[in-house]
Amino acid sequence: MQLSGAEITIRCLEEEGVEYIFGYPGGAVLFIYDALFQQDKVKHILVRHEQAALHAADAYARATGRPGVALVTSGPGVTNAVTGIATAYMDSIPMVVISGQVPTAAIGLDAFQEVDTVGITRPCVKHNFLVKRVEDLAETMKKAFYVATTGRPGPVLVDIPKDVSQQVTEFLYPAQIEMRSYNPVVKGHPGLIRQAVQMLLEARRPMVYAGGGVVLGEASGLLTQLVRELGVPCTNTLMGLGAFPATDPQFVGMLGMHGTYEANLAMHHCDVLLAVGARFDDRVIGNTRHFFVEGRRIIHIDIDPSSISKRVRVDVPIVGDVREVLQEMQKLVAETPQRLDPVALKQWWHQIGEWRGRECMHYERSDTLIKPQFVVETLYQVTQGDAIITSDVGQHQMWAAQYYKFDKPRRWLNSGGLGTMGFGLPAAMGAQLAFPDQVVACITGEASIQMCIQELSTCKQYHLPVKIVNLNNRYLGMVRQWQQILHGNRYSESYMDALPDFVKLAESYGHVGIRIENPADVEGALREAFALKERVVFLDFMTDPTENVFPMVKAGQGLTEMLLGAEDL
Amino acid sequence: MRHILSLLLENEAGALSRVAGLFSARGYNIESLTVAPTEDPTLSRMTIVTNGSAEVMEQITKQLNKLVDVVKVFDLNEGRHLERELMLVKMRAEDSAREEIKRTADIFRGRIVDVTDQTYTIELTGPRDKLDAFLEALDPLMILETVRTGASGIGRGDWIMRV
Repeated sequence: MQLSGAEITIRCLEEEGVEYIFGYPGGAVLFIYDALFQQDKVKHILVRHEQAALHAADAYARATGRPGVALVTSGPGVTNAVTGIATAYMDSIPMVVISGQVPTAAIGLDAFQEVDTVGITRPCVKHNFLVKRVEDLAETMKKAFYVATTGRPGPVLVDIPKDVSQQVTEFLYPAQIEMRSYNPVVKGHPGLIRQAVQMLLEARRPMVYAGGGVVLGEASGLLTQLVRELGVPCTNTLMGLGAFPATDPQFVGMLGMHGTYEANLAMHHCDVLLAVGARFDDRVIGNTRHFFVEGRRIIHIDIDPSSISKRVRVDVPIVGDVREVLQEMQKLVAETPQRLDPVALKQWWHQIGEWRGRECMHYERSDTLIKPQFVVETLYQVTQGDAIITSDVGQHQMWAAQYYKFDKPRRWLNSGGLGTMGFGLPAAMGAQLAFPDQVVACITGEASIQMCIQELSTCKQYHLPVKIVNLNNRYLGMVRQWQQILHGNRYSESYMDALPDFVKLAESYGHVGIRIENPADVEGALREAFALKERVVFLDFMTDPTENVFPMVKAGQGLTEMLLGAEDL
Repeated sequence: MRHILSLLLENEAGALSRVAGLFSARGYNIESLTVAPTEDPTLSRMTIVTNGSAEVMEQITKQLNKLVDVVKVFDLNEGRHLERELMLVKMRAEDSAREEIKRTADIFRGRIVDVTDQTYTIELTGPRDKLDAFLEALDPLMILETVRTGASGIGRGDWIMRV
């Protein structure tokens, strides 16, 4: 069948089962938008800024496990999208980004709305393509989806010059694709897996550390079974929240810079550490020299060989899909009657119990000031722990991670690696589109929300009844916290002056706005908001502006050097 | 430690910048980099001379392998190998100096490939230290211009690198 490049692009999306694409039209993609207009299988969501298109597509992928797709025009369309592409790249989210480009004859001549898209995005994509001939388009699209969704997932960009989208060729979508230069390893090395299981079974102070790879690899069920079978403690990273259920007694909380006392100490004092789909990054383990403990052995399962022994040398490196590897481990555990030494394990749990006794998540309640932690705790109760929560970046993100107990994977969507403010609201849109009947709430702050606030308009257009929980402390809270602790209370440019009236702002977009100023009104307002199932509700909580996130490990310090509260300052 | 990496990569536009971009983005050193198509026109062969500790080399190799356009990576230091570099040197060559320069070039198995009344252009191939030694043997004031290709490497014996 003879089709234009534009029609081929859309047909490829259809073949890949793409439900939604998020985008914004412009000159270089006019033919593609024309092809979109003439079909009804792929639905387009018109955002108000390209960054939001990327975040929404990204969150759609995070919530469903299927690749997110975004469509932007050349030049500023692409540069606006870069933040969103980099966000997805840092968190290994499968995405296909289609960008328009100036006609091939104009490339390199500084044409109107021309940028070197392949060059600009190269460091923040898993791979990218410039399609120079319409005959290559279908195969390139197939490769893009294949590369984005296999191995360690990531965003792949396909840059399509305008004339290529206009030219006509025979459409043939390859059923399969082989790339000699791209063959991700799936199965782990059997000898190493055997060694890992033996090491775990002989451990006296075992610890499991699960990251975003467990969520991405659909392995949280297997991980949970294994952890329960062995009776060992488990921590999740920020990206791994929900991989192991937070309400399970074997869960010791999130670890890292704002992790729990017990999780961070258990990481340090364990004798065998099993790291699954996690990458020992600076916010998680702090200073690598401090992290090193003589005699502690580390098993690391990851699909990306370059994640292994990058910051921390490991003893048993297992390259493979976490799901496949955990399956093999489980088989070996089932085959042997051997279990961990019960006396040693009991002692270890006793030690962890003592650390838990410090109650590091305790905070001062107040009758007069709304404590942000209290808002998140109440949100957890009101939504019965079953909402999809998106967040922006800063203090509110950490409180959301600490106080909303995620029992399932793909319920916590946040920008962990890049730390992108502005992610929360468009992410909530993507998640709500994927799951129209699910409760979706965006926990944000008055600074972050303003970075993509224009999307309130998109929410209106597509009837996406997300709930915005704005923890409004009138500060760039995390910046203020660091300035307080590390920069002698000099609050340089961290006060958010001249804030809009968020209630009126929400109303002007056609939504419901509620301002909450008393702790006694927190629960009522949340219940009222979630009762309005068809509406976007902007809850503007005026929270205690002096509240800090604890525990805290200062940048560059070790995991055991935690500040537990204001008394440690 | 100095390492010579051999790469096979897809002969596609942009493949070189992916490799070069990786080195600059992650702060790895490049001493030299050469690239040209192979007997299979869809493949390019690249030789990169770099240096780093064993840990850094492990990361460089893994990161290169992760690039979608890279088909194969091999650290030639892991086995016996040959290394050759080509150098062209333009010398001031007048009067009595002409004979002296020619003798030095002969000793290093260099060839004079272009001549004027005032200059010689000498071609020399060999491992890096041979080219360095040749330059050291010359009067630095007489050297007008040098061009070096950077090293190309290949494994010794039966070992071959192919797809």
